[in-house]
Amino acid sequence: MIGSVVGVLFDGLAYGSLLFIIAVGLSVTLGLMNFVNLAHGALAMVGGYVCVVAMSRLGIPFLATLPIAFVASALVGIVLERTLYQRLYKASPLDQVLFSIGLVFISIAIATYIFGSSQQPVNLPSYLQGQVHILIHDFGVYRIFLIAIVAVVTLGLHLILERTRFGSRVRASVDNATAAAGLGINVNRVFALTFALGSGLAGLGGALGIEVLGLDPTFPLKYMVYFLLVVSVGGTGTIKGPLVAALILGVFDVAGKYYVPEIGGFVIYALMVVLLIVFPAGLYGRKS
Amino acid sequence: MTDAAASAKSVTTATGEVRLPDGRWRPLEFAFWVLPVIGFFAFPDYRVLGSQILITGLFAVSLDLILGYAGIVSLGHAAFFGIGAYAAGLLAVHGWHEPISGLIAAAAVAAVAGYLVSFLVVRGSDLTRLMVTLGIGLMLFEAANKASWITGGVDGLSGVTIDKILGIWSFDLGGRTAFVYALVVVFVVFLLVRRLVASPLGLSLRGIREGGRRMPAIGAPVAKRLRTIFTIAAAVAGVAGGLIAQTTQFVGIDGLSFQRSAELMIILVLGGAGRLYGGLVGALVFMVAQDYLSGIDPVYWQFWLGFFLVLIVLFARGGILGGLDALRARLGGEEKR
Repeated sequence: MIGSVVGVLFDGLAYGSLLFIIAVGLSVTLGLMNFVNLAHGALAMVGGYVCVVAMSRLGIPFLATLPIAFVASALVGIVLERTLYQRLYKASPLDQVLFSIGLVFISIAIATYIFGSSQQPVNLPSYLQGQVHILIHDFGVYRIFLIAIVAVVTLGLHLILERTRFGSRVRASVDNATAAAGLGINVNRVFALTFALGSGLAGLGGALGIEVLGLDPTFPLKYMVYFLLVVSVGGTGTIKGPLVAALILGVFDVAGKYYVPEIGGFVIYALMVVLLIVFPAGLYGRKS
Repeated sequence: MTDAAASAKSVTTATGEVRLPDGRWRPLEFAFWVLPVIGFFAFPDYRVLGSQILITGLFAVSLDLILGYAGIVSLGHAAFFGIGAYAAGLLAVHGWHEPISGLIAAAAVAAVAGYLVSFLVVRGSDLTRLMVTLGIGLMLFEAANKASWITGGVDGLSGVTIDKILGIWSFDLGGRTAFVYALVVVFVVFLLVRRLVASPLGLSLRGIREGGRRMPAIGAPVAKRLRTIFTIAAAVAGVAGGLIAQTTQFVGIDGLSFQRSAELMIILVLGGAGRLYGGLVGALVFMVAQDYLSGIDPVYWQFWLGFFLVLIVLFARGGILGGLDALRARLGGEEKR
């Protein structure tokens, strides 16, 4: 009994950290540019496919594909930002929603055209497979690896945002873009760089998540809700909010599917509606 | 909100005199409603598609009420369409075969659901509304999926048998009755909606859309107005859902899906939001294009869908009707705004 609770908790945390790493970029886009970007999952999908192609066609080992996935998604992100997204920062939420749904449909069609509609396999190296027994429960090695990576990335993000000049520019722009621009901060460039960083992280998450979330062309649509959930429940513009929200959602989703499989996905949607009603501006929301 | 602002402005008549929006019929509107009648006789093979276009058009009009007029972005409007469809379908399956009372029941059930949901939707910012409507839509989809002993689950609800309309006309395979029935119902509901948006309620909704914070200052109860229109929109969507269940004699679970909600937004924006006729025009163009393009290849269809969506947002805000307005303004030689 305790074993299963620990197991669910652990799997939930691993799942939650994955959601966090993909969605944290979305939180920044939303907090910084007030842009409702439903196509964020498409950037994660780019990372996933880059990882698969690099491994199966080019024979690059799994760990080495992760930075490649990061860079590829960041590049795609920055190109999209400069050419398309930046035109819509001032548009209404409706326009942004429609535009990004359009991008989702396009990405699904392109992925289907190139890779077919089947699930993509990923061959993890042997040292990331299997389980280790710690005290009372068998823990999956890959999930431990996931949690560790996300912990490192979160720490890195925190340091970047709090300790570097770039970080203070980002925070200043989030708080008040006009005043920040008046102080000589190139807000547009800050936006572009943060967008690239967020896209890169999504790509990294997409590559890491093939084993857990799967990878097929409907990925952006299938997990869109989860990413939006993390951000809207966590509140925008912070790291702590999405992290806590992602972990809560991860644990509840896994627990719901494990203990009450009959109602399955219901748990997470109900939880989301309740959380949004109780905290309309998110758990750590600064402004609605 | 440029297109929305334009439609909220006072109407400029041909003589250049400026007046408030009123309920008077314009010649183009008469022409528009003659189209389906012509279509009925000119394309007898496409009557089934035609009735679905009409129904989808009505569904889009219901979304227009909350999105175009009240400015609430909803990603879960299919929920009420699905509720209406299941209500009408289940009634028919369990022994109540009379169509018109079935439609009224569908509208009533959807309205009750809409009223309950409206309390959640009125709170919060745009993003919260988006997420709450999305979440409720997904929840209903899951519920219908799991409760397969009631809804038939993924296989859908079949065995929906409907009596003759008014005891005279029975539904046929060629879609003759279905088309006329859908046309009459859609027209009647459209008349009501048309009256509604020109009423003080409709005008105050536009006021809320343009400046929600200022409306309380002139004594408009914002939350109450939004709840009212959300409930009405849900009822209209329920009628559309009931119609589709009765005319196709089947209820599919995809009526509740996110894809449906997203497509509906596309239809509305394609036609032009906040314009009443936008939803109908959008449904016509969208479904004819879908019928043609997805016949070639479903994957290409999704690509073009996304592609046109991006193009509309970037270059053609206001949709087809907005574009026509701009064109007419240019041809008329008058300065736009």
